[in-house]
Parts: sequence; structure tokens; C-alpha cells
Amino acid sequence: MSKDLSVKVAGITFPNPVIAASGTYGFGEDYTPLYPLNRLGGISCKGTTIKEKAGNLPPRIAETTAGMLNSVGLQNPGVDVFINKYLPELKKNGNVIIANLAGAVIEDYTAAAEKLDATDVDMIELNISCPNVKQGGATWGTTCEGAASVTKAVRAVTKKPIMVKLTPNVTSVTDIAKAVEAEGADCISLINTLLGMRIDIKTRRPVLHNNVGGFSGPAIFPVAVRMVWQVANAVNIDVVGMGGITTWEDAVEMMMAGAKAVQMGTAIFTDPFSPLKVIDGLEKYMEDNGINDLSEIVGTVKPW
Amino acid sequence: MSYKCGEYKIVGKRCLAENIYSFTIHCPEAAELAHCGQFVHILAPGFTLRRPISICEIDKDNGDIRVVFLVKGHGTEAIARLNEGDMIDMIAPLGNGYSLSSVSENGRVIVVGGGIGGPPLLETAKQLKHITAVLGFRSYGNIILEKEFRTVCDEFIICTDDGSVGEKGIVTGPLKRELEKGDIRAVFSCGPTRMLGAVAELTKQYGVFCEVSLEERMGCGVGACVGCVARINRNGEEKLLRVCKDGPVFNAGEVLF
Repeated sequence: MSKDLSVKVAGITFPNPVIAASGTYGFGEDYTPLYPLNRLGGISCKGTTIKEKAGNLPPRIAETTAGMLNSVGLQNPGVDVFINKYLPELKKNGNVIIANLAGAVIEDYTAAAEKLDATDVDMIELNISCPNVKQGGATWGTTCEGAASVTKAVRAVTKKPIMVKLTPNVTSVTDIAKAVEAEGADCISLINTLLGMRIDIKTRRPVLHNNVGGFSGPAIFPVAVRMVWQVANAVNIDVVGMGGITTWEDAVEMMMAGAKAVQMGTAIFTDPFSPLKVIDGLEKYMEDNGINDLSEIVGTVKPW
Repeated sequence: MSYKCGEYKIVGKRCLAENIYSFTIHCPEAAELAHCGQFVHILAPGFTLRRPISICEIDKDNGDIRVVFLVKGHGTEAIARLNEGDMIDMIAPLGNGYSLSSVSENGRVIVVGGGIGGPPLLETAKQLKHITAVLGFRSYGNIILEKEFRTVCDEFIICTDDGSVGEKGIVTGPLKRELEKGDIRAVFSCGPTRMLGAVAELTKQYGVFCEVSLEERMGCGVGACVGCVARINRNGEEKLLRVCKDGPVFNAGEVLF
């Protein structure tokens, strides 16, 4: 088997279309005992803020039917630690390294983006969709004005390709997609988690200390496919699809909906090897169907 | 720190008490790496998240790891339905175990377990000398691993909440008495959080080195998702550290209960 699985997103070539989703893969180091990280198309690193962030109190995790909730709250060591400690190691892999950036105020985003601009990180994913922090995060991503203003401000300070990660917890995701496209986003990734809640019926307490949290996993896959399809049809920039992708068939489906590449997250918790299985499955799918370039299937869904 | 992930064969299954099961899993690569106090992350068939279960015994010669777990919900129930001969999907070994090497050769070690907190202390006790075990259970029907602990420990103290076996009451009673006798080089503990808090308080009073194993709802199990944190006071600073990778065993004095 020797198919070329490479895909191009916002001008960047990924060796294959499977990217580890931000927040599920840390800075890669935790998975090195299992396989070389360059087997992945790319890694979207843990959401990073200008300063170190402690995150929310535990419990931060709850299981749901075919999914999970999390309320980590962007715990991270800060952008300087990312740049000095983790990025040099990650860049040795040779695949695409994406910094995921979050902030409470616009200056947080621009200050960190300026620092990242001076590094060899391949891409900046703007997290304007974290449901687990009270200030910032999703508050930016839930209005066209908010999403546009962060995108515009970061665009002004970096030449790195910008991928804006959208939240599904909005009335019209296409309006927000168009708003960030208009301000210079190079591509869009979606969907971040859906806001959810579980209650322990013995204690009558929410399972999560944060009361609510982000819902992910196979259960949200159809919502993600729908939103990716809608956004891919609404904008002219590239779209990266995520939300519950578990198998290679899911990845094909997401690409047919309009995604040029995919991100996987929760599936890695269930099976750390799942991204590699998806990559192998995609290669076999190409062989079986005489496909030479995965872009041949992107957006090829034939709606009724 | 290295670990493995794969499907391994269950070579032994036993029910030890109501809702408590013991699996012996043949996994030579993982067993070779394992240390007492570490855990394995088991995939319950049909579930999204794995279940962290502490290692009860390590048999490097035969390449086996033994785990003992309590059926608490649907996930552990699905794991308990697996049988001898079935394959079990497991990431192992994970986390930091008890730091046996940091305790001196002289004096006694006390292992203090509450309920399903007992199992990880069995391997710990097996690897040390001059052990006193203090194990607490709800009632006589909940007692597990008594014979195994009696075999490897010099002294074995059992207590039950209802007094149906051994001393009536919780483990802190006998623990205080043992600490009072002196010559204790370390206390290793695992059990309900409230019990661990009391053990930490007592050992602090007596100035005895103590490590506790914490439990938390987990995501990845390997440190990536930062889902399972505990409040830890390290170098005078409160931090939220990962139970899966920075723990599950912490110095008792550092844990903010």
C-alpha cells in the first residue's frame, strides 16, 4: 500500500488528513510510548493562554451514552512554556503542529499570537469556543461581532495561517463562519463541544464541579456532519471537520460533507490507536475505490 | 515512563465478595513495567471512557497482572461480565506508584486500606518487610483478600463499621495505636477520600512519611486531557495536578483534602 494521503488545508500540506484535536492530546508527549507522533497528519495542541491557567475544580469528566462531558477549563502552562518547552520537541516530528490559542480579552489573543508568529509553529487555531471558561472562550464565538473582532485582531499580528474553531452552541453557525472568513481566517474547524450536563441522582449534584461541560464523542457526530456541511457550503475557505469521529468511515463521511481534513479527540480516549486505524482505513478506502487524491471526495455529498 | 496498550487475555476470574471481582490478566510486556500502586485503564465493552483500576498483584515471572475491582456502575458491570479466556482492552501500567525505595530498611511499614482501597496495598506489602496491615470494611460480607494479607504481613488488623469482624469502627483507631508504638518508617494508604484525609492528619501528627493513592474520574489516563486533577500543595503553591500521571500516589502532606 503506498497511497499518498496528503491533504492541503489553508496552504499547509498535511501528510494525511487525521489531526489530533486540541485538548485531547496534550502536547503529544503523553502518547509517545505508543507510536511515533509523525504517524498523525498533525497535532492541534492543548488550548494555550497568554499566562498559565489552573482550570476548573474536579470532577471534570463525566461519561454519557456514546460520549462524555468535560469541564477542564483550559488548564495549561501558558504560551511561553508551549513555545520553549513543547514546540521544539513537537517540530522534530515533521508533521503539522497547530497551536490552539484561547483568551479572555482580545489582548490575550494578540499578545500570544505575536509570540507564536515568531516561532516555527505551522498554524494557529483560534479557540473562540471553549464552553468551560466563564470569561472568554465561547463568549467570543457566539456572536458574529465577537468572532470577527478576535479574528481581525489576530490577523493583524500574524502571517501564520489562522484556523478559527467554532462552537456549535449558536443559532446560526454559518453566519459566524462567514464573519470570520470576512476578517481573514484562512480556514475553519468545527465543531467544538456541545454544552451539556449530567446529574448524580444520589447526591442531586451535577457530576461536573463546573455544573455544565462540553459534550463530545460518537453521540455528537451527526450534529458535526450537519454543521460541517452547512459551513462548507457557506464559505470559500477550507473546513476541518471534527466531532465524534471514531472510524475511517466517519472520516470519509465528514470529508464528503465538505471537510478537507478531520480532527479526532474523544475516540483517542477510548482507543489511543484510533487515529492510526482511521489513517489505515482511509488508505485502504482509496485503494478499493481507485482514489488517488483525497480531495476527490471532499464535499461530494449529493443532497436530495 | 512507559506503558502498553492492547488486548490481553483474562486467565483467572473470581468473585471475592458481593460486586467485587478479581481478574488475573496475562500481559507480560505490561507486567514487566509495573510497579505497586500503579493502575491499569480498562475499556468496558461498549463504553466511551476507560475505567482506572489499581494493580493488586504483579507476577513478572508469569507475566500476569491481577486487578480487583468493585462494580459501581454500568461500566464496571460490563467489565465484570467478561470471563476467563476473554480478551480485555487495557492500557498499563499507568501513573506513579508507592515510592518504596524512599523508605529506610529499618522499622515497620503500615499499609492502611479502606474497602476497595485494599487491593493496591497487597503488592505493596509483598515487596516490603515488617508490615502491619490495617484494613477496614463495612461488614463481614465485604471483606476481601484477608488470607493474602495475612500471608505477607507480620500483623494484620481488621476493622468493620458494624463490628461484625475484628474491631468495631474505622481504621484510624488502630492506626493511631500503631503509630503510638513508634518505630514506623512509612504508611501507605488507599481508600475513601475522607479516610485518606484522616490518615494524612494522623501521620502528620506523628511525623511519619505517608503516601496516599487518590481516585478521580478519568479521561485519557495518560496525562493528555488533564481531566482528573487533585488539589496538591507543592513547594508552597496550590496546584491542580493530574491523578493519572502526577499520581495516583501522592505524598499525604501535599494533598489538600
